[in-house]
Amino acid sequence: MSLLTINDLTVEFPTRRQLFTAVDHVDLSVEPGEIHGLVGESGAGKSTIGAAIMGLLDRPGRIASGTIKLSGEQISGLDAEAMRGLRGKKISMIFQDPLTSLNPLFTVREQLVETIQAHLGGSDAEANKRARDLIDRVGIPDPDTRLDQYPHQFSGGMRQRVVIALALCTEPDVIIADEPTTALDVSVQAQILDLIKELATERQVGVILITHDMGVIADTTDKVTVMYAGKVVETGPTSQVMGRPSHEYTKSLIAAVPRPTLKLHRFPQISYGGRETRFAIEDMARHWPKVDNDTSKPVFEIRDLTKKFLQRKGLLPWDRTYFTAVDQVSFDIRAGEVFGVVGESGSGKSTVARMIAGLYPVDGGTITFEGQVVSDLKNRAALDAYRKNIQMIFQDPYSSLNPRMRVDDIVAEPIRHHRLMDGADIKRRVDELLDQVGLGHEAGLKYPHEFSGGQRQRISIARALATQPRFLICDEPTSALDVSIQAQILNILKDLQEHLGLTLLFISHDLPVVRQMCDRVAVMKQGKVVELQETNSLFANPQTEYASELLRLMPRLDDLSTEGLSAEG
Amino acid sequence: MFAYIVRRMFQSVIVLLVVGLVAFSMFRFVGDPIDNMLGQERTQADIDRLRSELGLDQPFPVQYFKFLQGAVQGNFGVSYRQGRPVSTIIAERAPATLELAFVSGVLAITLGIALGVFTAIRRQGVAANVIMTVSLIGVSLPTFLIGILLIYIFSVELDLLPSFGRGETVMIGNWSTGFLTTSGLKALILPAITLGLYQMTLIMRLVRSEMLEVMRADYVRFARARGLSDRVINFRHALKNTLVPVITITGLQLGSIIAFAIITETVFQWPGVGLLFINAIQFVDIPVMAAYLMLISVMFVTINLIVDLLYYAIDPRLRVDARAT
Repeated sequence: MSLLTINDLTVEFPTRRQLFTAVDHVDLSVEPGEIHGLVGESGAGKSTIGAAIMGLLDRPGRIASGTIKLSGEQISGLDAEAMRGLRGKKISMIFQDPLTSLNPLFTVREQLVETIQAHLGGSDAEANKRARDLIDRVGIPDPDTRLDQYPHQFSGGMRQRVVIALALCTEPDVIIADEPTTALDVSVQAQILDLIKELATERQVGVILITHDMGVIADTTDKVTVMYAGKVVETGPTSQVMGRPSHEYTKSLIAAVPRPTLKLHRFPQISYGGRETRFAIEDMARHWPKVDNDTSKPVFEIRDLTKKFLQRKGLLPWDRTYFTAVDQVSFDIRAGEVFGVVGESGSGKSTVARMIAGLYPVDGGTITFEGQVVSDLKNRAALDAYRKNIQMIFQDPYSSLNPRMRVDDIVAEPIRHHRLMDGADIKRRVDELLDQVGLGHEAGLKYPHEFSGGQRQRISIARALATQPRFLICDEPTSALDVSIQAQILNILKDLQEHLGLTLLFISHDLPVVRQMCDRVAVMKQGKVVELQETNSLFANPQTEYASELLRLMPRLDDLSTEGLSAEG
Repeated sequence: MFAYIVRRMFQSVIVLLVVGLVAFSMFRFVGDPIDNMLGQERTQADIDRLRSELGLDQPFPVQYFKFLQGAVQGNFGVSYRQGRPVSTIIAERAPATLELAFVSGVLAITLGIALGVFTAIRRQGVAANVIMTVSLIGVSLPTFLIGILLIYIFSVELDLLPSFGRGETVMIGNWSTGFLTTSGLKALILPAITLGLYQMTLIMRLVRSEMLEVMRADYVRFARARGLSDRVINFRHALKNTLVPVITITGLQLGSIIAFAIITETVFQWPGVGLLFINAIQFVDIPVMAAYLMLISVMFVTINLIVDLLYYAIDPRLRVDARAT
């Protein structure tokens, strides 16, 4: 008998206009000690399954049909009180973002003890002892000190360990891990996944691992279920599904994952479901000012760039301490290339980008753009002229667009700010831009919330192109997006470089994406550039230990058989 | 932490000095105290003599400086109207205002937080919606109107509670309290409600919206996924996080309870410092006005300092930043 059995589960969300079926007749079963991957794009219904098992469906969602059984007993349809007794006791959950899933105002001990006592009762001393054991078990060093600290005193990876400790409080039979490592760096991700694997084997816990990362699935899971639009399209042992996918959607999903090995001309897109979006970057090239990219000369020369942040304020200057985020970084960016910067969080890669964009003042060193030093520009006119030539695309497409502005105003804003044209010309330019990034000019009349993440990122691109810049800074432009959307956005960026002669600074922690996008890559660690190489040679032959460590930890698909990967979307 | 307090104290002193300067520059427009102080039989010579005696012929920065000189020695001058030291008059009146402010403050905070939490948890419920609607009235009606309405209903029509004054008071040392007599307590009810109603509805609405925000946070979902009971989630996890922003506004509101007591005290003829101030304005009693304004700003500044320190007590993230690593 399976540990967890889901039979014919349908979850519906009645809305005012229509009935939305988030999960459509899904069957699923998990054995003790098995890690079962649940993969699909956002909106595929994978998190909804997790919430349905936990009895935590957001209103107005409801289970319309089907049953969920735990060790043979039906748990769907239990009343709220009985369900609460199961949650955390028999079934636990690990959430995506360890930064927000712990209450910031309580110590780790308080949160563990209250959970233990809520289910097992027992004295304070017993609960405290158990809390200490758990913290020790999930691999947090120095448990006695760490227990009395607050969540903000832990790093992201350590917090996720605390979250896992909380999920383990009462020896659950099933753990649902909803994107447990999406917010973490590769090295930390590997550690957390190892911990989950260990727990599954050691305690015979059944784990449902929800993710959109095919690399994680290939690395970690025993079985996998692929979902598309609320339906299961394929299920089976991981090596079989990933190695010899039988369904068209699985094939194109696997093909769309960027490879760290061979470099392709374009990112393969998911064609399943007839979602092909047309871009017309070539059209844009006709109106674009001709740039003569002399590849021998650098566009940017960065010398000894340094940024310090105040860490401790003090009344007196010698009481203050500073944190050096960027430490004497030097590199050149050549005209027309895509220059990548990789590194883990806190390595200073975004700070470098922000200094180049002029968003942070420079604390030391110089930035030279086409022979002119721009890091200490004070003159408003010169600064504006420089800023017109560089534009930025940010990571989070949800917070980087003003929700109160209409899309055409958002795109027109840089044009108006730099007084590049007026009246009807602006409207024509904005319409063109929206057409060219594949949204259609009618999109201009809507507001940002009416668009999906990928569409919003295209609005950002249209906005960045409005001033016809020479240089684009892309700060993790696709890390919030699904593989299929990621491919679209990255292809647009590639087109921009190819057809418009733009130079790109591309910041990412996703090594396969960097492999596909960039001509040269700088690897940053703790504010310093530790390695700078041509992309091909970096991936083939990393010179530093740190770079080879990063490459080793990257979850990859090619551990599995590569059959069936030739199918491209 | 220590450096922080010192810095805040330093800022507070500057705030007080600026408030005083602004106050003194305004006094000239209130009127001429000499008119009220001398009878019909005055001569120009009398007027000039009194004016130079009081130092009113000097420019206002000089007057202000002299006031400060006295104030740092604890001497706030002598009231023009009553001929007694201002510090004595205020000491007599302060207990009335402070007791009123205390009662309405406690009322506003306890009821405000309780109703705020209630309406947030039961936001679909009938009771919650009724409370929300009624609270709109509380926010939109001006204080004096509420006072007059309450007097009309409870004093005039029902004849349950007194419509003015403090009732009987008992002296404990120099402090006259109304807490110890039945008539004193009865007299407190209407003014305290009048004064606290607006603050209460404000705190309630603030707590409600903050609480709704916090209930959507990931750590509340995670607490639920761990199987904690609703009571623990609502009152332990959610409420404590709700309080962080609520404290700021509440602190400011407590300051204004004391400052806005003027209106309530006028409506209920409550013998506190607010009423004293109104009378002082009518008589252009400069020493009383100056002392009152300084007193109010000291209170505002102190309350805000306490609020900032409360942040440290509630939010561990600030504590660690202050200690630094």
